[in-house]
Amino acid sequence: MNDHLVAAEHEDWRLFLKKARANRSFQAGAIITLLIVAVATISLVWTPYDVSRLAIPERLQGPSGAHWFGTDHFGRDIVSMIMEGSRNSIAVALIAVGIGMVIGVPLGCWAAAKRGWIDEVFMRTSDIIFAFPALLSAVMITAIFGPGAVNAIIAIGIFNIPVFARVARGAALSLWPREFILAARASGKGPARITAEHILPNIANLLLVQGTIQFSLGILAEAGLSYVGLGAQPPATSWGRMLAEAQTMMAIAPQMAIAPGAAIIVTVLGLNLLGDGLRDVLDPKLRRQR
Amino acid sequence: MLAYTAHRLLIVLVTLLVASAVVFFVLEIVPGDPARLMLGLNATDDAVAALREQMGLNQPVLTRYFAWLAGMARGDFGESLTYSVPVTELIADRVIVSLPLALLALGLSTAIAIPVGIFTAARRGTRADTAAMAGTQLGIAIPNFWFALLLVYVFAVTLQWVPAGGFPGWDDGVWPGLRALILPAIALALPQAAILARVARSALLETLAEDYIRTARAKGLPANRVLWRHALRNAMIPVLTILGLQFAFLLAGTIIIENVFFLPGLGQLVFQAINQRDLIVVEGVVVLLVATVVIVNFLVDLAYAWADPRLRRR
Repeated sequence: MNDHLVAAEHEDWRLFLKKARANRSFQAGAIITLLIVAVATISLVWTPYDVSRLAIPERLQGPSGAHWFGTDHFGRDIVSMIMEGSRNSIAVALIAVGIGMVIGVPLGCWAAAKRGWIDEVFMRTSDIIFAFPALLSAVMITAIFGPGAVNAIIAIGIFNIPVFARVARGAALSLWPREFILAARASGKGPARITAEHILPNIANLLLVQGTIQFSLGILAEAGLSYVGLGAQPPATSWGRMLAEAQTMMAIAPQMAIAPGAAIIVTVLGLNLLGDGLRDVLDPKLRRQR
Repeated sequence: MLAYTAHRLLIVLVTLLVASAVVFFVLEIVPGDPARLMLGLNATDDAVAALREQMGLNQPVLTRYFAWLAGMARGDFGESLTYSVPVTELIADRVIVSLPLALLALGLSTAIAIPVGIFTAARRGTRADTAAMAGTQLGIAIPNFWFALLLVYVFAVTLQWVPAGGFPGWDDGVWPGLRALILPAIALALPQAAILARVARSALLETLAEDYIRTARAKGLPANRVLWRHALRNAMIPVLTILGLQFAFLLAGTIIIENVFFLPGLGQLVFQAINQRDLIVVEGVVVLLVATVVIVNFLVDLAYAWADPRLRRR
């Protein structure tokens, strides 16, 4: 029986690879995403220049062999700053997705398992959270509790909770009337066990796709927050703050704004392509429709 | 329809009530005493205590919440702590910047997105479709404030066609004010247009796959007529939903764009008010924006139910 399961899993994996090979959006997204993660990892041990070292004589240089994207107003190498900044963007967005999943998914599954008034309260509560303009509320939270990476994570994470909860609830609701769930109930399993053993594995795909989308939204939100000075604080480097600094230099050194913007666009684009690709690869029904 | 409207209206009221309570009590736990902030660090404890008494800060929390709520129901949002003018007056001064900006951006976004959506859906699978969809992927990925910086550099700093920032007001006629809002509106509209175009395209494709479209084609209607008369109308429902959501997003989402262009809008007002711990202003603006979101969604829901009787049942 166990061999059977392993064989089936093997078959799933082969099917996934076959579809992934045919899906260009998935491939492009996966390559870009891996590249960004690699850059962030490398920056932990090595960057071309030390970003904490100021070199005023070398300030505001254009692109050159020594500085691919030039230097900023303190003479710091922009490539090195982009590398450092990628860590902050990834960390904030990823943890915010984690908060949304860890709190949202169980809530959504619980509402779907219980139905009735619990579900109603759940839906109305998420309606109320959705009524708050997310960006404004994130600005409010970080401004009130103090700017910084941790509060940015919380501010973005809070708005991920109802998103994941809604996705989990919707998917779980459609599974509950199915026969295999009925079989599990007949064999005496309780709602918690059914959710853990049968619902979660079947909605994992959807959650993964949503996670990728929220990840990319988180990168954009973090950039916005640190642009207005509410994200990561100096001496930490962030793409949003690099843009804010570039703005003050716009008239004399417009090239300073190009690299951080391009870094954000490439990252978000990569994650969106990956999400779209994953959805098509993992869900055969959707693929046939489009 | 009447029962449906009443049910939806009740939900709207409950949502607003809970949201106002959330805003009030979250700001209640904010560190920092407004009275001390107003008087400065050198103020004596007696002076602070006297001001607290005058501002009504010593009353129980619930009393203050209900007083605030009752005031808002009468259109009185209280008085700003730092400017000593009614909050409604402050908001009114800023709405005349933020509302035209949001409407302009919404109009631009729709004007770009709907034609793109129709064009790509009608030519699905062609190179033009692929290129346009790649374009929308890029549009979604571009942070609007970065796009705004580029626009400022090209059209304000280099070409000097429009001012780089600031807002002259509406006193000298429509044109100077509009000029100041063009770049921010474009910056806001582009990513929204990309999202809307994708929604319009997929909604149209879904409708085009319906049986009644096949019937229309089978009875010999020209393809264009099927697209414009039969498919487009039915595909507008998801498009309307997104439009409703985008209006609210644009009204509040201007907070960062206003920062780029130094526009005295609602976003800037909230920003200043938070920094000055002028909580009553923050509360007023947030409640107003939440109310806008809820009411716009309510109207969109009603529009559906009116257009599609099947939706009224729940």
